[in-house]
Amino acid sequence: MLTEPTPADDKIRCDACPVMCYIKPGAAGACDRYANHDGQLVRVDPHIVLERTVSHGGRLVPFQATGDWDGKIVHEPSVFVTAIGAGTTYPDYKPAPFIVSSEIDGVDMVTVVTEGIFSYCGVKVKIDTDRYLGPETATVRAQGEAIGHVTTSEYGSQMLSLGGVHHLTGGSKKEGRVTCDALMDLSNCKPVDLTIDGGANVVVQAGYPPIVNGVAEERMRVGCGSATIGMFAKQWHGKVDEVVVVDDHITGVLSEHQAGKLLGIADTGIKMKGRRSTPGRYFQVAEPGTGWGGTKISDPLSVLGPFDAKKARPGVTMLMVSTTGEHAAFYELDEALKPVEKPLPADLRSSVERIQENCEPALCTVLFMAGAGGSLRAGVTDNPVRLTRSVKEALTRVTSGGAPVYVWPGGGITFMVDVTRLPAGAFGYVPTPALVAPIEFTLRLSDYAALGGHMDHVRPLASLKDKIETLQVSAPGLRA
Amino acid sequence: MTRAPQLRYLADGKRLHLQDGPIDLIVEANGTEASVGVAYSAAARRFTGLLDELCDELPLLRKAADPARCLLRGKVARRMHDAVAPFAANCFITPMAAVAGSVAEEILAAMLQNAQLARAYVNNGGDIALHLDEAEHFTLGLADRPDAPGLLRTMIIHADDPTRGIATSGRHGRSFSLGIADAVTVLARTASQADAAATIVANAVDLAGHPAIVRCPARDVQPDSDLGARLVTREVGNLSKDEIDAALEAGAITARKLLADGLIESAALRLEGEMIVVGAREIEGSFGFRMPLRGSAAEGSIHA
Repeated sequence: MLTEPTPADDKIRCDACPVMCYIKPGAAGACDRYANHDGQLVRVDPHIVLERTVSHGGRLVPFQATGDWDGKIVHEPSVFVTAIGAGTTYPDYKPAPFIVSSEIDGVDMVTVVTEGIFSYCGVKVKIDTDRYLGPETATVRAQGEAIGHVTTSEYGSQMLSLGGVHHLTGGSKKEGRVTCDALMDLSNCKPVDLTIDGGANVVVQAGYPPIVNGVAEERMRVGCGSATIGMFAKQWHGKVDEVVVVDDHITGVLSEHQAGKLLGIADTGIKMKGRRSTPGRYFQVAEPGTGWGGTKISDPLSVLGPFDAKKARPGVTMLMVSTTGEHAAFYELDEALKPVEKPLPADLRSSVERIQENCEPALCTVLFMAGAGGSLRAGVTDNPVRLTRSVKEALTRVTSGGAPVYVWPGGGITFMVDVTRLPAGAFGYVPTPALVAPIEFTLRLSDYAALGGHMDHVRPLASLKDKIETLQVSAPGLRA
Repeated sequence: MTRAPQLRYLADGKRLHLQDGPIDLIVEANGTEASVGVAYSAAARRFTGLLDELCDELPLLRKAADPARCLLRGKVARRMHDAVAPFAANCFITPMAAVAGSVAEEILAAMLQNAQLARAYVNNGGDIALHLDEAEHFTLGLADRPDAPGLLRTMIIHADDPTRGIATSGRHGRSFSLGIADAVTVLARTASQADAAATIVANAVDLAGHPAIVRCPARDVQPDSDLGARLVTREVGNLSKDEIDAALEAGAITARKLLADGLIESAALRLEGEMIVVGAREIEGSFGFRMPLRGSAAEGSIHA
């Protein structure tokens, strides 16, 4: 295609990275990834994964990432055709941009590749921390706008539910835009600064530890305080008279706990604050916070009442430790039965280190969740409901950017995907506002025909190579 | 909101791919599983934010290096300066000439600070930093066609060789060259030194004023190029065998001088299918063309 000559000064400045290249029309920046196309900043590698495969003459291998995830670095899945940068035909009833046939393990397969525009979408965020982030159902904000809420917590983790149609399109324009930005950044594994009404400020980034009120979380607790007593009672036996494991949920006390009783550990006359659940297990010893064991305390003695003078004796030793082992202190009762802090003996220090060792690294994990609407499904087949049925009958495999998804039971195609398993920059947006996410449907060619697929649009993989050059789409997230 | 670099394994599950803006690294470490994991985490940690560090001083990095003093603050920026400083008295060179090698060295250093590794390399788009423990070696392949499975030369770098850096410069690829070499590959003690030296030698492979060579000011192609109005090579037309030899010899003179000054260990200069090797020792391996890379030879090899 011939274009009008562009004035020589028609360069643009790329803001994709801090190099901030000036790029002349028709040229690319220092990275070769972003280019100036008729005055528009475009990403020139939208189909990079596919392109690489085809140009190396490789066959497409099925869609699964393999190998264990170490929690930090994303394993690149085997090569796949992704919908990233495929474009979309929404909202027209047109066939999806790519319907690709290939042979996988001797079977003729077809992959319908599209980018879905999802206004019904959001992210579920799991934040591995015992620190108090805020009350359940509290509003979660980004840049002051409501973008979601705190939901039911899980073991060792706080959960957020963000986005959804009400925040995207049901509130003010700004609320929609901020929600869209936050969802896109979280889905693209970028850090997002969130504040929770009546709670904490937390920086969330998929695959990284959460940063709560400016402090990076290191570990998930090994268990609640009571569980920790159970796990370590034997290791403490004979080395210390009393152990208190301070925890926001259940604080454990060795001498009263069933595990201590079984070992024949004597009463120490300890008096706990809080509400006793069962022997040696206490709820609500302190307000939740970001101090010891997810409580707000910085002095552990504040969870204790005075020792019982009838049972306690001078010289009784006591270890106080948090459920992650991040905090620990050692005390001895003086003549007045007051605990006096002493240096932590070496054999107890090793038990504290053992607690730390048993705590897994704290991470934020982000699942993108969305529902494929009617028109998206129509891009796949002229009878959309048959696609839904085909997915439910497991004849059609759904992937997002090549990553495996969980398809929620029931009506529609509502799926969840771990965002760290998608290639970088997989998510984009449209000003609606709504998120753009890749989605692929893979099924046998014969099944595709049977469900009313757009058979006249099926093209062999090899034919895609020339097409790729013409498919330059705006980089997701760039406001060029 | 800060960018996050791409940190991922390649499909083989062994090599790490780190990318941020224009930086693209392929990293591989050999050692115990635990130490490789530690090394990769260290590499990922060091890589995060490294581009921002460099960009903080980008205007100064794009200026001609002063051979006598360095105003740069960043560790990588200072390493870039140190690598180009030996050349700065005699010609125009900016620290950017050593950016790729300096970044590769930095990531390798971060891994070695945290883990005991038998071997490791960080390949930054062809500029490579190496680590070799006792008795280890790397087999290096020089390919003239990256898309074809054949090697021009192979060489073996042993632990007791001084070489720990390899870099290639030429008129192809992302960076500009003032010369016409298709590729100049340099082995040096460090990746940053190799990077700077490859640039200098590639610039010297030239035929001044030859009508078949099309040049244009660097800034006409890239407005913010550190080379400014300097003429960079855009196209090379037909050259006679004598002209090719003359251009290569011009580069070889520079390479021999760098070798004598102890700035490089060896260099291979290529132009239009011809090659001159300058080196303290003979490059090992096949002298025939297109030695195929097969079987175990492919293990642990690096394509420079």
